[in-house]
Amino acid sequence: MNIVVPVKFVPDLVEELEIDKSGVALDRTYMRLIPSEQDEHALEQALLLKERYGGTVTVVTLDTGDVDEALFTAIAKGADHVVKVLGDGFAEGINNHAASSVLQAALKDIAFDLILTGTQATDDLDGSTGPLLAARLGLPFVGYVTGVEQEDGKIVARKEYPGGLVAEMEVALPAVLGIQAAEKPPRYVVTSLVMEAMKTAKIEEVEAGQAEGGGAAEVARMYLPESSERAEMIEGNVDHVADALVTVFRDRGLLA
Amino acid sequence: MSQEVWVVAETVRGEVMEITYTMLAAGRGLADKLGGSLTAVLLGHNAEGLAGTLGVADGVTYVDHAALAEFTPDAYQRTIAGLVKGAAPRVVLLGHSSMGMDVACGIGIGLGSPLIASCQTLDVQAGKPHYVSLTCGGKVLAEGELPEPSCLVTMVPGGYKPKDGRKEGAPKVTKVAPPTALDDLKVKLKGYIEPETGDVDITGESILASVGRGIGQRDNLKLAEELAAALGGAVSASRPVVDQGWLPTSRLVGKSGKSVKPRLYLALGISGAPEHAEGMRDAECVIAINTDEKAPIFDIAQYGATVDVVKLLPVLTEKIKQAKGS
Amino acid sequence: MPIEPMLVVAAFLASLGLFGLRVYRRFEHMRLGQPAGPFTHWWQRIKAFLVFVFGQRRLFRFPTPGVAHFFIFWGFLLLLPTIAQAIIEGVFPGFVLPFLGTFGPLALVQDLIAVAVAVAVLYGLYLRLIAKPERYRGSHQTEGVLVLIFILTIMVSLLVMNGLTRNRGESAIQPAYWQPVSSFVGSVLAGLSQGTQDIIGKVAYWVHLGVVLLFLTMLPGGKHFHVVTSMFNVLLRDVEPPGRLPPAPQFDGQAGVKNVEQFTWLQMLNWYSCSECGRCQEVCPAYASGLPLSPKLLIMSLRAHLFERGTALRAAGSGGASGNPSAQAVLDRQLTGDVIADEVLWACTTCYACDQECPLFIEHIPPIVDMRRYLLTQGRADPMLMSALANLRRYGNSFGQSDRKRAMWTADMTPPIKDIRREPAHTLWFVGDYASYSPTLTAITQATARVFQKAGIDFGLLYDAERNAGNDIRRVGEEGLFELLAMKNKAALAGCEFQEIVTTDPHTYNTLKNEYASNGTSNGSPTVPVLHYTEVLDRAIASGQLPIRRQLGYTVTYHDPCYLGRYNGVYDAPRRVLEAIGCRLAEMPRNRDRSLCCGAGGGRIWMDEAGIKERPSENRIREAAALDGVQYFVVACPKDVTMYRDAVKTAGQEDRIVVKDMIELVEEALG
Repeated sequence: MNIVVPVKFVPDLVEELEIDKSGVALDRTYMRLIPSEQDEHALEQALLLKERYGGTVTVVTLDTGDVDEALFTAIAKGADHVVKVLGDGFAEGINNHAASSVLQAALKDIAFDLILTGTQATDDLDGSTGPLLAARLGLPFVGYVTGVEQEDGKIVARKEYPGGLVAEMEVALPAVLGIQAAEKPPRYVVTSLVMEAMKTAKIEEVEAGQAEGGGAAEVARMYLPESSERAEMIEGNVDHVADALVTVFRDRGLLA
Repeated sequence: MSQEVWVVAETVRGEVMEITYTMLAAGRGLADKLGGSLTAVLLGHNAEGLAGTLGVADGVTYVDHAALAEFTPDAYQRTIAGLVKGAAPRVVLLGHSSMGMDVACGIGIGLGSPLIASCQTLDVQAGKPHYVSLTCGGKVLAEGELPEPSCLVTMVPGGYKPKDGRKEGAPKVTKVAPPTALDDLKVKLKGYIEPETGDVDITGESILASVGRGIGQRDNLKLAEELAAALGGAVSASRPVVDQGWLPTSRLVGKSGKSVKPRLYLALGISGAPEHAEGMRDAECVIAINTDEKAPIFDIAQYGATVDVVKLLPVLTEKIKQAKGS
Repeated sequence: MPIEPMLVVAAFLASLGLFGLRVYRRFEHMRLGQPAGPFTHWWQRIKAFLVFVFGQRRLFRFPTPGVAHFFIFWGFLLLLPTIAQAIIEGVFPGFVLPFLGTFGPLALVQDLIAVAVAVAVLYGLYLRLIAKPERYRGSHQTEGVLVLIFILTIMVSLLVMNGLTRNRGESAIQPAYWQPVSSFVGSVLAGLSQGTQDIIGKVAYWVHLGVVLLFLTMLPGGKHFHVVTSMFNVLLRDVEPPGRLPPAPQFDGQAGVKNVEQFTWLQMLNWYSCSECGRCQEVCPAYASGLPLSPKLLIMSLRAHLFERGTALRAAGSGGASGNPSAQAVLDRQLTGDVIADEVLWACTTCYACDQECPLFIEHIPPIVDMRRYLLTQGRADPMLMSALANLRRYGNSFGQSDRKRAMWTADMTPPIKDIRREPAHTLWFVGDYASYSPTLTAITQATARVFQKAGIDFGLLYDAERNAGNDIRRVGEEGLFELLAMKNKAALAGCEFQEIVTTDPHTYNTLKNEYASNGTSNGSPTVPVLHYTEVLDRAIASGQLPIRRQLGYTVTYHDPCYLGRYNGVYDAPRRVLEAIGCRLAEMPRNRDRSLCCGAGGGRIWMDEAGIKERPSENRIREAAALDGVQYFVVACPKDVTMYRDAVKTAGQEDRIVVKDMIELVEEALG
């Protein structure tokens, strides 16, 4: 099975987020971009499927900034090809409708059976890459997937619903799956192997076509929520906090 | 330009999902202010009875077909797209959920309708409908106008009380035939796998000590268990803890887990990202312990502290025992 | 007549031959190993040889067994001439070794030492059969007891032979007072008829010879091979500072050690030298906590595996393994996983107690790290550890926090602390992850800054440019990540101007001092002195720069951090500081280089605690609590503060003892 994993780079929430001068977008000056966590799960799931059934794994990403290290890391983990899509304006941030149109063009010359990508990314405002790409390619899409198996040329995907219920969906290939979590946590690959990949592997570069941006709403204002309804914070050391909490419990009749 | 507001109802195995009511509450407000009607869209097979709690809507459009008996992305996407194409409503609300997210983008691309995701609230300003969406783990908000003439919105819970969107008594149900052929479906439902029946049903507990990433080591779970025992409650968890296998999925609170409404919810080392918050924000009293003072959980909690969970738990447990003993 | 000499010759040649063959086999296996060396510092090596082999110095760390072994060792050396004498006189009756066979004083020493050896052996038998100390668990008991009996037999038979020779008036040692013990033995047997004495003499001779030759043959096969190999082991040992791990082996892109032949021949010589004494096991914190690691058993497993694999390779070699299923089965056994379980390797805290304790200078930690390197490439490690490594790689710290938050603790400091990237300072303070990011340690880090200021030290920080120094990353086996972070640190350092580095964290101290080939400035010297903050305080107090206004009068105990004490020999500076601030020090029973590790090192602080029955930190706190009158448990490492404050709670000792970082007491003493 030949699998393509589109990876989206998103703001690292570990850093402080700030709104830029325009007031409608995030300030990208000091922003650290990291691969979307669910896309890392998608890559892990792809590698697990490769180990199970054979085939190849290709990682594709837009050149939104410092993406090379992540691509080499994917090679070190076991991906066969990594593709970087070049284009204007990616670094300033593009919405998923535009990104998916770019990916669609980039995938024209890549043969694949399955596309795995994260169900969603933390900064999605106009839908997620997976279903948008599936729609553009005319392929079926199933999201919230936490397990994938191959049975007689078809894929069986485990899809999560609220309450812990899981549905098994039979999906005809080629298809796109939105991965919620891989069957195992994304593997850590030692730095020496990443360094080696940097020396021996090659990132294929592809020029983007025209990005189709329409499909997203305009943002009139982007802001950090004022915590209006914020918790009453209890200061002090552990002892003091514990005492205060016991009082709260008692007042609410929870110590009866 | 139509001012109709549509809500796509979500059902699983004969049960209406709570997000549907959130959407109906949002949709009602929007429709009233726009002067349009609120229509619920219901898909299923011999499922007309499910319209019984959708009374907040002005009408229900019901499509009956064997292929729609249970949700599958392909069949539902085709059907909803077909209905939307025919009527071109102003806004179509879908759940930002396992079902809604599977179909919304496809419908939007197919019809050329823009899509707004993670929407929490909708309102009307100067006659124009506006959205407020959450992004970046709930740390950033984005707002703007809904594109004209027609657009799709996927909604997250939290902006509206589901009970405001629920009313008994079915409104007028209009049964229509599937607008597009439902043969040669690319996705079929093979079956369901029941959730693990854990020893404890956290939805029935009135006190929950819920552990997140901040609990650190697996060994520290017993500190939470001791606290829960002292309070007469149970231990639940957020996703990272369950993903590690430290607790079964029956203890998971959140979007993919259970929704709980206990009297007391102790969020121990939980950041409060939207996927978790969805499952517990309606608890009567939420107390959050997290060393990150900027964690979104503090916007939901009534009380909070930034001390280390692992250090607090044994001390708190001891004091509770003393308070109860005396 | 000629039968006996022929028998002696035959026995001797047979035993020598077997001995030689068995040694050769093991030598062949060693040749499978990787190159070792170069061997330098010969004068240092010879001095060490004298002290540790002839002087048996490390043996005395366990006093009574040490004395016993001292005598057995010297007895063996001094009695060698008597063995040569016995063999040669068996072939040439009446033969007497020139000089060594006639020199009175030597004979006296030999007589006395034979008794000492016998007593020592009896003590040894008492240990093996009655006392049965924990450190012998897993050692080959039968071989141990058998050899003790052999030695006793050799001593007794020698004295009997000497006594009977004296009785016949044929002794080459005159006068008789040079052999008091032999004479005594002779006198005991003098009452028997000559015929009986002759028979006893013959029996004694053959028993003597037989046991000696049997022992010789057995020697290479077990723990007594150390008799031959240990002197080479000590002579050829690694003389680099203990805190400097050897360079990481690489085999065609495979990192770490996967197969036993990827170790060096010197490491293999280490394993042959293991006498299974178990002293390493005795001091190992992992073993004490209930984890499956025993340094002794690790070495014994490696030795046994080398032998079985070497044998199988030879058996398979000529015909190919496919024709030899049992050899193939042995060759299929994986070093990591089958021979040594993963959990054993991950249990190590790299505290150096085992390497410090071993009288034969066997190195336990480098092979563990080598095997860890391989495990990591296979993803065979605790998910928590891998998550910490992912954070370290992305953020440069194990907390998963932004590098921009590293210096947040400085926010309210007045006067503000110098940014050494912008202006020169005399001292660069390399703060370290825990002191920077851990919320519970912020107060201590700030206190350290205030004390430095009061001491008039001209210091600065790297602020956001600092990264984890990498000591434990290296010891966890992520060599590549260590190099990456070290490169970033070195680049940051090279851009600044300073004369020395100070740190509060002994792990950081160790690697900056011993493993950073360059830790200095680009226009200064490539390496600068690295100091621990206790050394800086000691210096400042001694020079009067830091005036102590109050004498605290507390009774305290002090915990020597592994990477400051055992690894780098800094014991006295912290003690002088405590004395200078008026604290009365009650030493921990296990202090200085016997200090018990808190359990956080070697990456253990990043790993799951599953399998631990008693945390080393709790064990240590109980040890401290048993000291009369001690109010404070003083530490000098940020991880120790964290580990021990936790341990005080979990051990239920909050009312008994309080953990203080030395800086807190020093600040108090500043008045």
